[in-house]
Amino acid sequence: MVRDVSFGQYFPGGSIIHKLDPRGKILMFIAYIVIIFCAFNYAALAVTTAFIAFVLVLTRIPFKFYLKSLKVIIFIVIFTSVLNLFYGTGEPLWQWGILKITWDGINRAVFVSVRITCLIIASSCLTFTTSPTELTDAIERLMKPLKAIHFPVHEVAMMMSLALRFIPTLLEETDKIMSAQKARGANMDSGNIINRVKALVPILIPLFVSAFRRAYDIATAMECRCYRGGAGRTRMKSIHMGARDAVSFIVTALIIAGVIVCNILIRAVV
Amino acid sequence: MAFITIKNLCFSYAEETDPQPHINAVDDVSLEINEGEFAAVIGHNGCGKSTLAKHLNAMLLPDSGKVYVDGDDTADEEKTWDIREKVGLVLQNPDNQLVASIVEEDVAFGPENLGVDPKEIRQRVDSALKAVDMYEYRMHAPDKLSGGQKQRVAIAGILAIQPKCIVLDEPTAMLDPSGRNEVMSTLLKLNKEKGITIVLITHYMDEAVLADRVVVMDSAGVLTEGTPGEVFSQVELLKKHRLDVPQAAELAHRLRGCGVKINHIPLTREDCVKMLEEAMK
Amino acid sequence: MSCILELKNLGFTYGKDTPFEKRAVNNVNLKINKGEFIGIIGHTGSGKSTLVQMLNGLIRPTDGQVLLDGSDIWKEPKKIRNVRFRVGMVFQYPEYQLFEETVYKDIAFGAVNKGMTGDELDKAVRKAAEFAGVKESQLEKSPFDLSGGEKRRAAIAGVIAMEPDVLVLDEPTAGLDPMGREILLSQIVNYHKTRGNTVILVSHTMEDIARVADKIIVMSKSELVAFDETKNIFAQGDMLSKIGLQVPQITKIMQDLKQKGFDVPDGVLTVDEALSVLSPLLKKEGA
Repeated sequence: MVRDVSFGQYFPGGSIIHKLDPRGKILMFIAYIVIIFCAFNYAALAVTTAFIAFVLVLTRIPFKFYLKSLKVIIFIVIFTSVLNLFYGTGEPLWQWGILKITWDGINRAVFVSVRITCLIIASSCLTFTTSPTELTDAIERLMKPLKAIHFPVHEVAMMMSLALRFIPTLLEETDKIMSAQKARGANMDSGNIINRVKALVPILIPLFVSAFRRAYDIATAMECRCYRGGAGRTRMKSIHMGARDAVSFIVTALIIAGVIVCNILIRAVV
Repeated sequence: MAFITIKNLCFSYAEETDPQPHINAVDDVSLEINEGEFAAVIGHNGCGKSTLAKHLNAMLLPDSGKVYVDGDDTADEEKTWDIREKVGLVLQNPDNQLVASIVEEDVAFGPENLGVDPKEIRQRVDSALKAVDMYEYRMHAPDKLSGGQKQRVAIAGILAIQPKCIVLDEPTAMLDPSGRNEVMSTLLKLNKEKGITIVLITHYMDEAVLADRVVVMDSAGVLTEGTPGEVFSQVELLKKHRLDVPQAAELAHRLRGCGVKINHIPLTREDCVKMLEEAMK
Repeated sequence: MSCILELKNLGFTYGKDTPFEKRAVNNVNLKINKGEFIGIIGHTGSGKSTLVQMLNGLIRPTDGQVLLDGSDIWKEPKKIRNVRFRVGMVFQYPEYQLFEETVYKDIAFGAVNKGMTGDELDKAVRKAAEFAGVKESQLEKSPFDLSGGEKRRAAIAGVIAMEPDVLVLDEPTAGLDPMGREILLSQIVNYHKTRGNTVILVSHTMEDIARVADKIIVMSKSELVAFDETKNIFAQGDMLSKIGLQVPQITKIMQDLKQKGFDVPDGVLTVDEALSVLSPLLKKEGA
């Protein structure tokens, strides 16, 4: 079923990671992506991996949910690491025809798989502990400077949060429409490409029609609840930086420093 | 003066949606809603009851006639937001009126739009969720709730705006029987305990029976109104317009037709049993 | 009477072998005869939706069998589509499945998939439209220009047009007003009488089920609680209220009278019945 997706889900909780300022979380997330791709030797890679493992434990969300979000991309991880395994240069350790494995290839494969895994875990740590509203709120505030060039910051953020809210609803609706068309003998599981694309029409049209109907309803409901744009709005959960956030910044800065030091002191392997 | 006064209201959905223009969706309706009462409006689909509902919070404005809310004319654009603060509207489809991914954040949406202080929003959200008995679900995602629960969250979202009156446009039409019961008992509680004026638009007569006053609409106008007892004892009139009556009332009415002496028409099961007992003595 | 559908130890578990495992239907055994009008009642989440979706192979049972005319519908999984033409299924709010340019084409969609062509197809579509109460003049319109109730009838016609042996309807009257409900129900009853086919109706509205069904299946907490003639089911008012289902007001009134010692029968379902029972017991004015 299309509904069983845990990636991008939010798990309410009271962990220290949950309580961090979402703006800080987004910034640290971006910084973290940069450093996993700047770790050029095993020591640096170990530092970044240990860091995200530490954060994962702090979120106090069961490990199985992280595994679930990894399941979606496991294929990509295996595929790219196998590709990298045979793509290395240097002295071959093993060779069969044009296929050869080198130390370089092994290193590349390890790095690429660890990096992608860390990236997914990190983004799960962010979305699992930050509600969509907080997330879009933070993005709205981080993008505030763009208002100067007349970028519709509030509107974009509102659209994002509505989209996040309605993704599960629309997935469920897709399921229902598919069942209804299958019950009328629609053939979706076989045939060539053209037939399969054609088979989407009976699903997509009702889905679009219903999405528009919903959009109209939502607009009415929002107006009924006194929505009139971003001006003058307040927030229940006002976000502000505290000591907690300062600590988290320092830790992140230390990790960045650690990776840089490792890179300087130890020879790069990839 | 009544809390809401409707005077000779006429409205048509102009050329855009109506293939035959100038057929009024609401035609010359005059009605008063008093502060603190629980009024039910019943009628068939297309009888104009939803159109009427949207006039009560200035979502629609009359073509002719007037609607006054707490003394303010809904046609006065400067009063629009005051009116929407006083009269909240809950719609039929519970899925399409929840805008946030977490229950409590959704309930906060209204007061946030009004620019209420964060601390007060927190208090309003908590008390609104408690009032509809959904406080323990405050951290849930709306799409994991049942229909009745979603609709109660929608009601909490309106409550947090602290309106004097809540208008509900067929809030139970898409719910199962237990969801309907949940919503009805919530509404009765809000009306009795918090004194909030309720205007319930419905086509379930068993819900209308619980109201203080019932307004029956048919073909864009008001057919009859009065207490549930007065309205539902007019079995013939309602049947003629193919509206439901409680089975108790129908039974009594038909027994009367057979020549059995019946003083007043019962609406509930208990009344009906009592009446039959007396008649059989 | 010959049996058309037989359920043998039928069960279904969602997300089998995962942490989210949930038993939706447990060990259901029953037989439905050709031409019967069956009602299914139960709470939301009682497993009734899963049950009906197993009847036409939209959900594959995790255990047990569904026998259609004596043979397991999953004997040849590749031919499961043929089962869907024989057991037609109308979902809740079916109006959301409409997609074609005209009402006619939409009604024909399932029948075309079944392989009908030419005159046979045209006849089937027009007959189905008539059964469901779709007017001749509406057939060439876009389905999106119809009113809510008309859309629903068009969608129901789309399933009837496949000429199934069994017609399953999941809450066909949900969201309709009393008049719309009345009309649609009488159309379904008329279809059942004219075609003589098996009809299975899932509904929350007990009054409706009481009026139309010959037999009733009661589901609660994934289990089959009862399967019996309509009268016998409603006579068990206690059982129904215990699992949170509401019996018609008139049935309750008559039950109360019986408890108070009056000589009235169990399982009175309609006002007409109550009237014929009570009328002789009551003293008339001037008599």
